[in-house]
Amino acid sequence: MSSEEPLHRALGLTDDELEAIVSTLGRQPNPAELAMYGAMWSEHCSYKSSKIHLRTLPTEGPAVLVGPGQDAGAVDVGDGLAVVFKMESHSHPSVVEPYQGAATGVGGIVRDIISMGARPIALLDPLRFGPLTQERNRWLFEGVVAGIGGYGNCIGVPTVGGEIAFAEPHSANPSVNVMCVGVAPADRLVTSAREVHEGALLVLFGAATGRDGIGGVSVLASRTIEEGAEGSRPSVQIGDPFAEKLLIEASLELVERDLLEGLQDLGGAGLTCAVSESAARAGLGAELDLDAVPLREPDLEAFEILTSESQERMLALVAPERLGDVRAVCERWGLASAVVGRLVAGGGLRVSMGGITVAEVPARSLADEGPVYTRPMEPPSEPADPLAEDPTFAAVTVEAEDALLRVLSSPNVADKTWVWEQYDSLVQGGTVRGPGGDAALIRIEGTLKALALSSDGKGRFGRLDPYLGAAHAVAEAARNVACTGARPLAITNCMNFGNPERPEVMWQFAESIRGMTDACRAFDTPVTGGNVSFYNESGDSAIWPTPVIGMLGLLQDYRLAVGSGFAEGHAVYLLGETLPELGGSEFAEVVLGTIAGRAPALDLEAEQRLNLLLIEAAGADLLASAHDCSEGGLAIALAESAIAGGTGFAVGLPGDLPPHVALFSESASRVVVSVDPARAAELEDLAGTLGLPLARLGETGGPRIVVDSVLDLALIEATAAYEEAIPKLLAG
Amino acid sequence: MSDAPRVGVITFPGSLDDRDALRAVAFMGGQGIPLWHGDADLQGVDAVILPGGFSYGDYLRCGAIARFAPVMEEVRAFAERGGPVVGICNGFQILCEVGLLPGALIRNRQLRFVCRWVDVRVETSLSPLTADLLAGEVLRVPVKHGEGQFVASTEDLERLEAEGQVVFRYCAPDGSLEDAANPNGASNAIAGVRNAAGNVVGLMPHPEHAVDPDVGATGGQPMFASLLASALARV
Repeated sequence: MSSEEPLHRALGLTDDELEAIVSTLGRQPNPAELAMYGAMWSEHCSYKSSKIHLRTLPTEGPAVLVGPGQDAGAVDVGDGLAVVFKMESHSHPSVVEPYQGAATGVGGIVRDIISMGARPIALLDPLRFGPLTQERNRWLFEGVVAGIGGYGNCIGVPTVGGEIAFAEPHSANPSVNVMCVGVAPADRLVTSAREVHEGALLVLFGAATGRDGIGGVSVLASRTIEEGAEGSRPSVQIGDPFAEKLLIEASLELVERDLLEGLQDLGGAGLTCAVSESAARAGLGAELDLDAVPLREPDLEAFEILTSESQERMLALVAPERLGDVRAVCERWGLASAVVGRLVAGGGLRVSMGGITVAEVPARSLADEGPVYTRPMEPPSEPADPLAEDPTFAAVTVEAEDALLRVLSSPNVADKTWVWEQYDSLVQGGTVRGPGGDAALIRIEGTLKALALSSDGKGRFGRLDPYLGAAHAVAEAARNVACTGARPLAITNCMNFGNPERPEVMWQFAESIRGMTDACRAFDTPVTGGNVSFYNESGDSAIWPTPVIGMLGLLQDYRLAVGSGFAEGHAVYLLGETLPELGGSEFAEVVLGTIAGRAPALDLEAEQRLNLLLIEAAGADLLASAHDCSEGGLAIALAESAIAGGTGFAVGLPGDLPPHVALFSESASRVVVSVDPARAAELEDLAGTLGLPLARLGETGGPRIVVDSVLDLALIEATAAYEEAIPKLLAG
Repeated sequence: MSDAPRVGVITFPGSLDDRDALRAVAFMGGQGIPLWHGDADLQGVDAVILPGGFSYGDYLRCGAIARFAPVMEEVRAFAERGGPVVGICNGFQILCEVGLLPGALIRNRQLRFVCRWVDVRVETSLSPLTADLLAGEVLRVPVKHGEGQFVASTEDLERLEAEGQVVFRYCAPDGSLEDAANPNGASNAIAGVRNAAGNVVGLMPHPEHAVDPDVGATGGQPMFASLLASALARV
């Protein structure tokens, strides 16, 4: 930060934005006010570049109780229960300090869920890193995983999944996304629809406020990270999961006893955000007394208290007559609480300290009236002929066994047990199926229902075609959920992109939104919220456009859940059709060394029929296993089912594609299922009724994986390649 | 239900598996009684469980602060009267800190948290968790901990072994001992120990997560059945 730089620019505000602030206030803002606007009008908090695009997403449906715009979305799952869920990014802090960056990401998303009045019941962490062959990437990967475990394992919320991918652009910019899912009685949700009264007290409870995380949203999350990012380290918050656990229990007790008018977490932009949003939502103003804020260290300045992102704090709106009860609950859980202000008539937010007014601005101007930009967009220049570069038609000499082992041991595909074992996936006792399968299953206490949870992103496809990349991500997430027998209900997302001030990036973003919109409409899975993470680039190297989808599905009876592993003596079928589509495939990258050509086509209507078949077949207890074809195509789907079940197979390849194309094409809308031969006709009839192509490939059984006249490998050899790949890479 | 043994589960600040232990007690036919760390009162329960979690954030040392909770004096007195006391994971760490059990638990050999299903071999029937079991039986239960490596002085270890105070050992599915089956590097593959009197037992695995077949294996069932029988014997 150079000494000549005007303060507003140092805080991330443009000259035009400063002018807008001056026009709102009718005067020059003071430094504390500038800091408040700098935080609230940051890209991270205001969505100023993405808002016009996000508005086009489908957000409504019969099951949606709360759509985008609140701390988290909520969906009706019957029995009077609501499921609350949200995904967020903590990528920027994680580059600077991987352990704390990831840990505080978990803490933040959990507070989003409890601020809705819901008990967090599951976490998922979609992660993307550069290749593990580089030492720095291993350091980031190990630090992030340890941070997620270190925090998540201490708060009693199981971590049950999140896909993990590796690609060179993430060497400079790893993506750390966090998703949390909670459950609450639908009539007890704490939403903005609650009546909030003038005179309600602002009660800050939890940890004391310190200097950590100042400028987190404006300095870290809303700019690109350049060399020497260590200088940003003070902008990374430090997490205390023990305090978070107490915060969860105290918050839920406050909600259960109906002691609150509102509840808001303190995350990005700290107290400024929580107070201005609370006031603006209530159509009121607020008085805030910084002298009343419990501080961890003396002599904090007004702007520091206002924008500190110290963790593990919540703000409750409390009617004065309930204050005694509220403070008693906090005390029982060993948490400090303080009345720091109250809601007042009018729309002004007046902040005082030491008896004088240090800031006075309209609450709405911070919370709702930030700038909105229509950024220029431009598609990048295309190669003259994408087909000419398409690996589908490349000459391939590699042996099928060798190709299979190489793809199986590619970190994108290989077993992630090294990661899963560092997460407590069992606490709360509801984990019907933990990490590593198509979707995790968490039962809803007191019912036979289970939530099916999957997160998916398709980086390579997005690079080739951002529209298709986003649509494929939604399709794969829906398919993963449907493979267990669950019906996809709704999504949350995290949009991971480069610098929105570059027209190509903005074009990628708009295309991704378009793809997500079309897919969500086709599957009837509205978007209930999400998060945008821009500025994931360094120098000229941006990450690929990577929208990550968090899919929520509902399984009516978890006793009928379908797994992915083969058992002896079943018939193996491929549902769906294989096309010559190696563009953007794992095989093309790992074996041919190319990420080029066309992304696979996607027939959303066929995909939806496939999901219907899976759900219906599971409900009839027809399937012995189901596993979707994604990275690595049919070959990997078969191999993974064999490894999961400890049972080999002997199959043939349908159609007349070259064997390596049939094995490794990543055509969408395909699932490998196995079925008791006595019930094979039922499956064929069901596929016929739904007009879905299916092919009987062969049988399960034996200690080998055999593709007729193409491939013959001992299952233990495949298993070893799959299981040992990541530990070997981490050993250096 | 009124005749069912009453098993108290203590919630410390930072306890995580307290609800799970209560649920497991109820699943196995007992009455789960929630107890609060700040109350010097066991509400007349027939057995006590100190559940897993990170009491007081595991700051200082796992279990080192929980030992000063008001409820712990009552637990100590209850144990001295011969009452069945079970410490699971963090609860085991607390019982070691209090001195009700020998040894200590340090960071896992691999220096990483580990959440994994393991097999443990029953070494003695003389404990509240194994009263209905025979030495040599193998049970499948999960572990999930960062600091679960059991250690003790050479003399203590020899005494534990000589006097049959080792209750569970990590083992292969067939009951044989092999290093690969030891998830944290525990000395002598020790997964759980008891006191000399045989009424206090601590273990790193989580039997409360292994009673309901809908969510996994059921190696915890016979342990809870034994605990309920031990508790009933006191009613």
